[in-house]
Amino acid sequence: MSITEAPTVGAPVPAAAPILAAESITKKFGGLTAVDNVSFDIPARSIVSLIGPNGAGKTTFFNMLTGLIRPTQGRIMFDGRNITRTRPDVITSRGVARTFQNIRLFGAMTAVENVMVGQHSRMKSGVFGAVIRPPWVVKEEHHAADRARELLAYVGLMKADFDRLATQLPYGDQRRVEIARALASEPKLLLLDEPTAGMNPQESAALADFMRRLRDDLKLTILLIEHDMKVVMGVSERVTVLNYGSKLAEGAPADVRVNPAVIEAYLGKEG
Amino acid sequence: MTELRAQLSEWRAAIERVLPPWWSKGLAALLVVIGIVLPFITGAQSGFLNGTIIAIAYAVMALGLNVVVGMAGLLDLGYVAFYAFGAYCMGWFGSGFFFGLHVHVGVAPTLSHAIGIHLNIVLILIAAVVVCAVAGVIIGLPTLRLRGDYIAIVTLAFGEIIGVLAVNGSSVPVGGGMTLTAGNLGISAIDPPWFPGVGSFSLLDYRPWYWLIFAILLIVLFVNVRVRDSRLGRAWVALREDEVAAVSMGVPLVKTKLMAYAIGAAFGGMSGAFIGAYNTQVNAGQFQFGFSVFIVAMVVVGGIGSIWGALVGGLLLGYINNYLIPDVLNDLPSHFGLHFQLASVSFGIFGFLLVLVMTVRPQGLLPERRRTLEMTGEVAAMDAELAAEPETGSTV
Repeated sequence: MSITEAPTVGAPVPAAAPILAAESITKKFGGLTAVDNVSFDIPARSIVSLIGPNGAGKTTFFNMLTGLIRPTQGRIMFDGRNITRTRPDVITSRGVARTFQNIRLFGAMTAVENVMVGQHSRMKSGVFGAVIRPPWVVKEEHHAADRARELLAYVGLMKADFDRLATQLPYGDQRRVEIARALASEPKLLLLDEPTAGMNPQESAALADFMRRLRDDLKLTILLIEHDMKVVMGVSERVTVLNYGSKLAEGAPADVRVNPAVIEAYLGKEG
Repeated sequence: MTELRAQLSEWRAAIERVLPPWWSKGLAALLVVIGIVLPFITGAQSGFLNGTIIAIAYAVMALGLNVVVGMAGLLDLGYVAFYAFGAYCMGWFGSGFFFGLHVHVGVAPTLSHAIGIHLNIVLILIAAVVVCAVAGVIIGLPTLRLRGDYIAIVTLAFGEIIGVLAVNGSSVPVGGGMTLTAGNLGISAIDPPWFPGVGSFSLLDYRPWYWLIFAILLIVLFVNVRVRDSRLGRAWVALREDEVAAVSMGVPLVKTKLMAYAIGAAFGGMSGAFIGAYNTQVNAGQFQFGFSVFIVAMVVVGGIGSIWGALVGGLLLGYINNYLIPDVLNDLPSHFGLHFQLASVSFGIFGFLLVLVMTVRPQGLLPERRRTLEMTGEVAAMDAELAAEPETGSTV
């Protein structure tokens, strides 16, 4: 959609055509304000990071974007439609997919089955289709399984692991399967919640490359919550810093890095 | 323990190498053939065939409950409600109970002028499926926001409500002097099934009844297998495993859960309608909480979530309840000079069996592949934990 965008290197992405716009979002849990009047937009086909100390409201913000919790105030627009009070599965079918901070695969399903669940909103067969199994349903199932294998190969899972149960996979592979599962829903916007948690520097660097590939090959937009500053500074076109539920700073990685307020709140006060 | 498991899987692999690739289909075909010819071996009047008919009817219910409890992970303790709805469908649409009406569709010529509603058994089974699917959705609705034990409590309450409604339905007028149910008096003289060319089923010959319930079982099994291996079946497992992740992946929570309730209830309704006809009466006293627990026990003994487990668990407990205890072993205590009948302690026997299965084989007799891992994995982890403690560590 944003083919007109010139590939300017280094410059911050122009604010034109945001794929997602959160307007003055507030979330209160009882007396606690987890997210306080945050406005935020994500330009199409960009990689944007959301950072902040623990408890800053990053995951709460994610959960509101994906419909798991509803904001107390504010409006969320995705791809020109209001999704503030839309059910999570409908939001997924509109084109938002996510991974979780603590991996949430379906442990008792195989890697392929996990990814096939990700395709749920792109498949049609219902109960009668399942029982009678007309040719189109057979075709759909085959196609879904093939697509799942393609995606697993794309995220770099070994073929031998495709049919192993998710719980039996090593940690890094579980992260891969989770990304494949999210990609299976054919998203326009991918939300990654601390994808490099528990990874070593080489793996993190590989993941950063992978995110760029997702953006360039699959034309995805990526919103990233991340603690690894090397990854954040390396891949993000824009960084937003949350602290105590409020937006503290926003801008290009280079600017955010030298912002004194950010340094104090997030990276620690010097001297 | 791990060595033993490795050895077993090695043997299994060896057996599978010897057998041709179509062996499982061949085995299934063989079992179906044995199932069809069974009444010729047992005879038309044997107590064993009678026990088999009820055991299969129970297995059908176990297969239905397995959809809800096993596949979708919603612990339903009010399944007896669907037995009741199914049986009442039989009572309402296949007897003279609604004496103010004259409706006849595809029934025996002798009934063609009788009072009441008289539909062909096939139509009644379809009605039972529809009524129970709707009832399943209604019962499912208030549980949608609940998890685990809370679902069990709500469904339990619904089961009780239906039971009480069945008893007191005799005071609920539906017009023309007719009432909703006959309460504890029971709706009796239910039409025996009738098919053109076959005639009416008789209680002097169990065989047609057997073939009917066997056909129902095959249909239910087919639907079960097909649904399990579908988009819907995957969605159930996903919801069972992790609700938040499932909805985030695009699985609609309400629709998918209600579908499980509806399908599970529909099977219970089919079985309930059949049992109503087979008993020739529908009595409100049949629909007790204990029956819900009995069906749950079948699913648990067989292996939660496993279709073949539910089948085996249903048949096993059905046989024990309706053949082994009352027919075969009933006077066993008297051989030891004890003055009671075994049937009077049947609940104790079931309790013992449940405890036995839970201790020796917590995953059930024929567990689902996924559950085996979960259960044995957890048990192994617990064992390891216990072994790590200094008191017990020395004994390992």
